[in-house]
Amino acid sequence: MSDDANAFQTALALILGRDPDLVGIVMLSLQVSLSAVLIAALIGLPLGAALALWRFPGHGVIVVILNALMGLPPVVAGLSVYLLLSRAGPLGELGLLFTPGAMIIAQIILVLPIIAALARQQVEELFQEYREQLTSLGLSRLRMIPTLLWDARLGLVTVVLAGFGRASAEVGAVMIVGGNIDGVTRVMTTAIVLETSKGNLPLALGLGLVLLSLVALVNAGAYLMSETARRRLG
Amino acid sequence: MNDLSGRLTAEIPSLVLEGASFLHRGQVLLSPLDLRLTGCCRTLVMGPNGAGKSLLMRLAHGLLTPSKGRVHWEGRTPRQAMVFQRPVLLRRSALANLSYALAVNGTPRRLRKPRAREALERFGLATLEKRPARVLSGGEQQRLALARAWLLDPEVLFLDEPTSALDPAAIKAVEDAVQEFHQRGTRIVMSSHDLHQARRLADDVLFLCRGKVIEHAPAETFFTAPASSQARAFIRGDLVL
Repeated sequence: MSDDANAFQTALALILGRDPDLVGIVMLSLQVSLSAVLIAALIGLPLGAALALWRFPGHGVIVVILNALMGLPPVVAGLSVYLLLSRAGPLGELGLLFTPGAMIIAQIILVLPIIAALARQQVEELFQEYREQLTSLGLSRLRMIPTLLWDARLGLVTVVLAGFGRASAEVGAVMIVGGNIDGVTRVMTTAIVLETSKGNLPLALGLGLVLLSLVALVNAGAYLMSETARRRLG
Repeated sequence: MNDLSGRLTAEIPSLVLEGASFLHRGQVLLSPLDLRLTGCCRTLVMGPNGAGKSLLMRLAHGLLTPSKGRVHWEGRTPRQAMVFQRPVLLRRSALANLSYALAVNGTPRRLRKPRAREALERFGLATLEKRPARVLSGGEQQRLALARAWLLDPEVLFLDEPTSALDPAAIKAVEDAVQEFHQRGTRIVMSSHDLHQARRLADDVLFLCRGKVIEHAPAETFFTAPASSQARAFIRGDLVL
């Protein structure tokens, strides 16, 4: 018990003292996950909206696949990207394996289905309401997409947050394609795994606390933002 | 007020329905219908609930395509707008709702705000410009929808039971707006099940019952000498099913 308490104190000291190792790991984690979420949102939000607006042969299949991919195990995503990017793989030339770039790609694959599938639901609901009015105004479906995305923004913030939650919490994909290389591809989750197995509980715990508070902070910010907007917009 | 009136009524193309019918899952919601709406008058589409009024308006406006038959405008398709029973407003401010409609119809950016403000003023909403449209009262929302339609400068305006959920003051505001559109030279096609409203507004009446057009007559004739038993009962205030 005293060991744990000790670890907790040391963890706090590391955080408060802005331990350079810790800071480096935290910054890289944020850089990777935020880039992945940003790119996934840029692709996933319009994709989800398009799936909400258009019906075509195979539409149902795509929706089911997308929904299923929301539960894609991170290690499987990691393995697929690993195979693509490995020296012998089709994209091996790029030399991306074991770089932050590879980690971003792997996390995009994890986050994109979540954002696209949830955005589709949100936009579809709004589309039911807006459809006649927007058609009456003479908008084509393509031109409805930006309108619907903007008007669904409150719900879509939560959607993007869900994506960020997944990206920042997963360990399997970044471990496989990043390799947990000290100072290069070591992020919070992979570091926690490593430090725990090494028995360096203070650092593991410190990282865990930072991870937890970051996720809480981002969520609190988004909650406040959408609550004030909701109150203002009715 | 009437700065834009004087538009020639002959300019507005006629709406023609040829054997247009509408079926949903095998059920006939609108029986084959031949109809011609000409000129720049105020047509009131009347009838009990479920008679097919909304459906007819949607077919005419082009929101729905008929299952059989044809709906078309003679010559060219006029500029149109539609005001719905429950106004659909974007999750933005009152002013932004209007600027949006102007952006959609290609108004240059610098003209949007002044025009939108002018329309807000015209419909008595000037003080509410920054308010989110969706927290406005029902009457204010419907006026905002009318202001939006006004900005589109429609040649034909469809109104689908625009006053059915409003109190008398708000109804008056909507009816005044309809008259303003009329004076500007806009052709009005409006559905209602309120006889008094129809008497106040109609030039001609299209009476529907159970998906069929029972009568299409000048308002005068319809109210004083209705030809069908259903219309007689409807005017008497009996429950027409």
